Amino acid sequence: MSAVLADTPEAIAPASSKAIAPSRGQRPWTFYVLATLFALYVLALYGPMICIYVLSFQDIRGGLVFPMKGHSLHWFVDLFTQVRTGDVKGSFDRSIKLAVIVTVITVVISFLAGLGFRRRFWGDGVVFYMMIGSLVAPGLVLGLGTGLLFQALGLNASWYTSALGAQLSWTLPFGVLVMFAVMSRYNRAWDEAAYDLGASRWQTIWLVIVPVLAPGIVAVALFGFTLSYDEFARSLQTAGSLNTLPLEIWSMTLNVTSPSLYALGTVTTIISFIVIGASLGTIVLIQKRRGRAAEG
Amino acid sequence: MQSSQTPSRANLAGWLYVSPLVLVLVPFFVAPILVVLAASFFATDGFGGLTPGFTLASYIEILHSALTLKLYLATIKFTVLAWIFTLIIGFFVAYFLVFHVRNQLLAIGLFLLCTVPFWTSNIIRMISWIPLLGKEGLINQALLALGVIRQPLEVLLFSDLAVVIAYVHQLTIFMIVPIFNSMARIDKKLIEAAIDAGASRFDIMRLIVVPMSKSGIALGTIFVVSIVMGDFFVVKVMSGGGSASVVSAFYEDVGVLQYPNAAASAVLLTLVLVAIVSLILRTVDIRQEITR
Repeated sequence: MSAVLADTPEAIAPASSKAIAPSRGQRPWTFYVLATLFALYVLALYGPMICIYVLSFQDIRGGLVFPMKGHSLHWFVDLFTQVRTGDVKGSFDRSIKLAVIVTVITVVISFLAGLGFRRRFWGDGVVFYMMIGSLVAPGLVLGLGTGLLFQALGLNASWYTSALGAQLSWTLPFGVLVMFAVMSRYNRAWDEAAYDLGASRWQTIWLVIVPVLAPGIVAVALFGFTLSYDEFARSLQTAGSLNTLPLEIWSMTLNVTSPSLYALGTVTTIISFIVIGASLGTIVLIQKRRGRAAEG
Repeated sequence: MQSSQTPSRANLAGWLYVSPLVLVLVPFFVAPILVVLAASFFATDGFGGLTPGFTLASYIEILHSALTLKLYLATIKFTVLAWIFTLIIGFFVAYFLVFHVRNQLLAIGLFLLCTVPFWTSNIIRMISWIPLLGKEGLINQALLALGVIRQPLEVLLFSDLAVVIAYVHQLTIFMIVPIFNSMARIDKKLIEAAIDAGASRFDIMRLIVVPMSKSGIALGTIFVVSIVMGDFFVVKVMSGGGSASVVSAFYEDVGVLQYPNAAASAVLLTLVLVAIVSLILRTVDIRQEITR
């Protein structure tokens, strides 16, 4: 989804002229109907989550529903110190590490596959459908298959082997599809120009394709990170004895019935925002630098 | 330079580029699927031990079980409901952003606003409905205060309704993004030409916007259908254990180490999913549309 973060400026750019709603004058009645629908959608999207963020700041008497009882950071302290809430710190650590590894691998492989799929080659359909299959296969089923496979091969399942692979089977199809969308806006003539100027294939990739597609590549990275950081079904049977964060949250939803759960929601949201903010900042920086280069 | 390549060299280059992808998908997608397929034909001692062999017992048991039909009907019900709601909301949200918001920057901003919640854990987003839908939640409190109801409504949480709400909450974004992408590419001149030629707004919708958003709709549908059909934890948590889906039954089977049964039902589900997805892909060549 984050893919579009990088795409939108270009995607919308041609739409500068009039839309169905004339750019001046009175708006049609459909505008008001759709604007209301949009507002309701956004309200439904944010409302519940804001509730839990607010409720996570209650004091020790706090419960799972309103009204709010006092305010303190009690449940955040509880989250990271109490044994009964599980190994939040450890799973947090693992999830972040795993997400970073997944992101790096996803970016590299998706980029290469995107390059490969630009032209048809023998057997490309097989690879394409393998990818679609990997995307739509029920995560729990793939997770179980991977778990059984490791068991059959006598390997130990762990978050950095089996869970890593299982997550890649989910992030890679997304990454490649995003790469397709990004590359559809790349003009092949630029390749030809680079070749004409004597660039080798690798020079063309490093000096032309990568810089041009940089915002799209950041989008793929963002995608890989959020998908992995949030991955649950595929990790369930493959993470081995040590949990990743979503697995920890899952077990908490079954055991913990205190605002600690909400505190965890608040913390994970903050982490996501930091990562996303950094990535968006990178995109903006790249665009700015490019704008300056174009001027100068 | 590249155009002068012989076909075999082009094939080699193509495979070199996709080989890392294949090297991950073969061990972590193809092999696990084959393992599940193999396990579905194995016999079990009932304690998690698998006896290699070939028996159709698991399939026969599943296909004869009335429970299977019930699970599929439940799953299909959730899938269809989630699909309809996400499609309607997603389509009109995308339409509003692309065609009705006049300021481009505002459109991008509003679009980002829709994607932000996607950055938070699914499970957290799901449990965030508890303070609202619960027996003592905000909606019940409000309705009680207004005097609309005397008893708190219990169907709000831990019910099929809650399951559908959670799906729509989580998955509408999967419709908005691809539909938004394909709509944004529609040349506005086309629409102005249609208006000049006397087309009504309904005609424009029917003859231009919907057909040209087809690839986005198809892609969104594939995301939503495969996620709902492959889901178990939304159903489990939001229904409070009252409802089940094909995959939640699979999860129970795995929990009690009934691997062959679980595997057979997984194979069946995968076949159903493959059939649905290939039907969708038959109507729209996604790869063509995306790389266009």
